Formats: sequence, structure tokens, C-alpha cells
Amino acid sequence: MPLLEVKGLTKTFGGLTAINHVDFTMDEHQIVSVIGPNGAGKTTFFNMISGYYQVDSGTIKFDGHPLTKLTPEKVAAHKIARTFQNIRLFQNMLVAENILVGCYMHMKANLADIIFRLPRMRREEQEAYDKVMSLLDYVGLSGKEAELARNLSYGQQRRLEIARALAIEPKLLLLDEPAAGLNPKETEEMKQFILRLRKDRNTSILLIEHDMKLVMGLSDKITVLNYGEKIADGTPDEIRNNEKVIKAYLGVEDAEDDDAVGEVLA
Amino acid sequence: MSMANFLGRLKADAASFRLSGLSKKEWAIFVLQALIIIAAPIWLLLQPGSSVAFVLFLASILCVQKIKLPLWARIAIAVVDLALIMPIVGMTSGTFARVAAMIVIYAILSMGLNIVVGYTGLLNLGYAAFYAVGAYLYAIFASSQANNFMPFGVYPLSGNWFWLFLLLAVIVTGFVGFLLGLPVLRLKGDYLAVVTLGFAEIIRLLFNNLSSPINITNGPMGITPIQPPMLFNIKLDQPVHYYAIVLVLFLITFVVVKNLQNSRVGRAWVAIREDELVARTMGVPVVRMKLLAFSIAAGIAGMMGVVFAAMQSYVDPTSFTFMESIVILCMVILGGTGSIQGVIIGALAVVVLQLQILKDVSSYLTSLTASGILNLPSWLNPAKYERLIFGLILVLMCIFRPNGLIPEKRVLQMKAKLGIKPKAPKADQTNAASKEGL
Repeated sequence: MPLLEVKGLTKTFGGLTAINHVDFTMDEHQIVSVIGPNGAGKTTFFNMISGYYQVDSGTIKFDGHPLTKLTPEKVAAHKIARTFQNIRLFQNMLVAENILVGCYMHMKANLADIIFRLPRMRREEQEAYDKVMSLLDYVGLSGKEAELARNLSYGQQRRLEIARALAIEPKLLLLDEPAAGLNPKETEEMKQFILRLRKDRNTSILLIEHDMKLVMGLSDKITVLNYGEKIADGTPDEIRNNEKVIKAYLGVEDAEDDDAVGEVLA
Repeated sequence: MSMANFLGRLKADAASFRLSGLSKKEWAIFVLQALIIIAAPIWLLLQPGSSVAFVLFLASILCVQKIKLPLWARIAIAVVDLALIMPIVGMTSGTFARVAAMIVIYAILSMGLNIVVGYTGLLNLGYAAFYAVGAYLYAIFASSQANNFMPFGVYPLSGNWFWLFLLLAVIVTGFVGFLLGLPVLRLKGDYLAVVTLGFAEIIRLLFNNLSSPINITNGPMGITPIQPPMLFNIKLDQPVHYYAIVLVLFLITFVVVKNLQNSRVGRAWVAIREDELVARTMGVPVVRMKLLAFSIAAGIAGMMGVVFAAMQSYVDPTSFTFMESIVILCMVILGGTGSIQGVIIGALAVVVLQLQILKDVSSYLTSLTASGILNLPSWLNPAKYERLIFGLILVLMCIFRPNGLIPEKRVLQMKAKLGIKPKAPKADQTNAASKEGL
């Protein structure tokens, strides 16, 4: 049984069809990338999995459970976590608190526990905090726990966002352009990090990315979207030689995408 | 705050305390603050009727918050000021005890509103409605009013019921908050603010008009007399008694709010304020958390309503107008939204200004006019410019200290167990970045 199974997914905004009958599957432990030119509907696709938009038609199934009509918090309860293209941290909370919010689902304290600060609750807080510290260590942010999230540098904020998502202990991690704004060296480090993530954390990863080098080097499978439609999917080698994909990228006159075409053709 | 945790903080704070590093200016401020803290209570004790001494005494509590002393010392001074000196003064001067009680009542109300406005980031312009519900709940049953519609029982209930009504008000008003929250919390930002305002007016008008066909609230005439609280059949009807009662309630509320703040619930609230969609994506049940914030804040207001009704021995709908909600909101904004210490100081500042300073200045000017030294037309009386002065202060605050007198400061409450923090903070930064990736 595939981990994530999307069938005939469609979403329109007014007259614009952002996602048009997309079918998609991924298995457990895979790293799958969604690529496509700007405006192809990649983020919309993510947002539909996350429960941000109502699905016009089609189904999303995760681990055998339908996600189609769920709210974001219910989706999270299925252990699906995500990061955002433009980093969205809780800016005025501490670094540790950001991750503690991610621990929310795994904490059980009820109102009486909290108001009287019963031992049960204190133990749970300590456990959560220890988890936060080990996550911070894992992403290389230890020592930063008591700083405000907004005071971190760009790269650190990206790492914190991933640490926060990991606090959910996700079965599926959605990364929306994790390498945006990173230089080539950092991008290579990101690649290693994602590979390590899958191994250590026992999670499957679905990512949107523009950086072809990263995508090709990382993915077990690639899905290509263009104008809301899936034009291809397959292994990196298959995608590299796919006529439609090359055409889609050549059709766009954009410096960044021209580079991408170079990568694809390479 | 767990006790052990708290003691640990005290210890750490005392250990890190140092006066030697102060600059000349800081020393001057320190000496000035220390002088006020020592002199004001002594002056007030020597001259219990002097309102200047009283205002200075209240200002000294502000200094206690700010002065560079270890936490334990500041707490000790505050306890002596609030639990020893204030009651002594209050026993001789009922007016001051009354003002002090009002300060504490508003401090508690601000802490409650701060949960909704400060933590959760929902603008509530109708907080006085919950205050009204609590006040009427006690007023109706602790006066003969309930005889008009209750089929059983003899009213007024004795003041011994006061304590039960405190609890009952929390539950009833919390539930009212929950009910109001259900439809209201689907809205966001400005819409939410306007709808809370509307609901508050509906509640006030209900109290204003529920005098027929069944007389429940006695309409605009209000309800009086209301039984004062009794403890083991001893009447507690002096202002200083109310001061003692609200001081205890203050402590309880403070601890409860603090505990909530440092829990998964408190963090969820702030997360909702910061970014609601992301909070949901992290699995925070946003609607439930907002309802909880709304209900708890409402419960706190209801509890204070009971005290207010008992203390005034009279309630009518004019005590719970839109202006009342705005005043409480001002305290929160003035003190610092999201900061407990801030909103307490905000309440102190606003109440002192309202009930003490403006009145004092007015009566001083009137006395000057009466003795012929000054010819002040009555329309220039400062007490009449209360709202103007309020407005000015708020405008100035927004320009110069937009985050309030004591801005929200997030502190990490927990300490890692030994062995969890493996590296020194400084060195790992660059290392980790290159090693860990990203």
C-alpha cells in the first residue's frame, strides 16, 4: 500500500485551474520531489495535502486514511509535518518554544494538571524539553534555545523550521523549497541532511524544489507539474530525458529556469 | 510555577546579582529608587491621611518592580508593602483601602483580559460584559431581588455564600464566555472586535431591561443592598477586608495564569497569536484553544464581578458600559500586552490616575479657588478631563513605548538535564552549520 495516494486532485481559484486531475503516489521511506516552472501548482498541491484548501474533486489518502476533508490540525494528527517556502516561524517566541509548540500533540496534560502544575505535568514538560534540546542539537542549533526565533539568521531559521516539523515525529515530511536562498555549498549540505533525516528519523519526505542538482541527487522519484497538470513522473534519469519536461522548461524565458534547463539537459 | 522550580530561579538570580557593574547614572537611579522604596511607606505610616504619601507609596511599588535588586529581595519588599503596610494604612483610611482594592481588582481583570488580547491575540472589546455577569450573579442572590422570581429559598442569602459564589461565578461566567465564543471566534481581527463589542452591549441591555415581565435584574434602578461577605459569621464589610480578599484572589489568579502561560496551553495561545495557520499545522486545536482562552478570561472577570458587587453593595448596568471594557483594555496596552507584570503595573497606573491623582489635583485646585488665590473656571477642573488625559497618555505610549511599560519578555522556564546540552554554545555555531548541513 502506498503511503500517500492522490487521485484526480483538482483545485480551481475562480477561473484558474491551479491543480488539474493530478494523480500521485509515494511509498514509505521514499524521497519524492515535485518540480515544475513557477506557477505550476506545486505549493497548491502541498497546501491541499496540508488541509489548507478545500478539495474541489479527487481524493487524498494517507496510510489508508482519507485526508481529503480534514482540517490542518487533523492532518497533523496523522503525523504529517511541513515547512514553508517563505519561512513561517513563531517569530516572537523563543527557539525552544517554537519546537515545544510542535510537541503539543504528544503532550497529554489536562487543565487541572496545568493549573496545579502536578508532577505528571512537570515530568511531561521536562521530557518535552529534553526532546527539544536533542532536536536542536540534531539540526545544529544547540545553545540557541533561549533566543527569540526572529533573531536567528536566515539559515538558522530554516533549520529551526525543520526541527519544529520534526517535533511532530512525522511519518511524512513536506519540505517546501528547503534550499531556497542557500548557496551551492549549503545546498549540498542540505542534501546530506535530508538523506540523513530519512535514515535517522524513519520518515518519508516529499519536497518542492527548484534546484535541479539537489532534486536529481536526492530523489527516488520526481513528479513534474506544469500549468496544474502532471506532465511526467519517474526516476531522475527518466525525467532528465523526458521530452515534455524539457519542453516545459524551455518554454519559460526565465533566467533561473534557463539554468534549470541546463541542469536537466546535463 | 512549581515551588522547586521557583526556588531554583530565586537562587540563580541571587547568585548572578552584582551591584558593582553599575554606571554613575544607574547608581543614581538605584539610590533614588531605594530612597522612594524606604521613605514612602514610612511617610505613609506617619501620615496615614496624606494622599501625596499614598501616591508615592504606590509609586514605590512600581520602583520595586524596576530596582536592581535580587528577585527574593524584591518579592520580600513587595510582600511587606502589600501585606503589611497597606492593611495597616487601610485600617485607618478606608478611602485608601478602597483605592488599593480597586487597583488589585483591575490588576486581576487585566491579567484575565491579557490572556485573550495579549497571549492569544484576539481583540476583545466587550470584557466588561463578563464582569457584569459575575456581579449580577451575586447581586441577585445576595439581595432580596431573587425573591421576585425564585420559587424556593429565602433571599438574600447570607454573606457566607460569598465564597461559593466566587467559584460559581468562575464556572457560570466561563460558560457564558464559551457560549459567546462559539459563534464569535469564527471571526478574525476587526470583525471579532466589533462582534465582542456588540455582545457586550446586548448583555448590558439585557440587564437593563430584564425587569419585566419577571423582575430579575431590577432594570436601570439597579440592585441594592447586597450582602457583604462573611467568614465564619463575621461580617467582612470594611474596605480593608475587601483589600485582603482581593489580594488573596490576586495571588491565586497570578499563579494560575503563570502556570497556564508556561504550559502547552499557554504556548499554543501565543502560537495562535503569532501565526494561526502554522499553529494548526503543528496540531494545535485552534478553535478549542481560543474558546479556552475566552472562557478562562471570562471566568476571571466573573469572579471579580462578585467581589465588585459585594464591595459596592450596589450594581446597576451603568457600571458595565463599553467605557469599562476600554479602560481595562487600556491597562493591558499601557502595561504591555502579553506581559503579566506589565498589565499589573498598567492597572496600578490607570487606577491611581483615575481615582487618586486627578481627584487630588481637582480638589487642590478647588481649594485654591475657594481661598481666592486662583480663579479657575469649573470647566477647567482636571477631573473632567480624565478621558482627554487618558487619550493623551495612550497616544504618547503608542509613539514612545509601543510595547507598553514592561514589554513582554519570554523567558525559558526549563533547564536541560545534565548531559543533554553537549556542546558549548559559542563553538558549535560554525561547526554545526558546516557539519549538520543546511
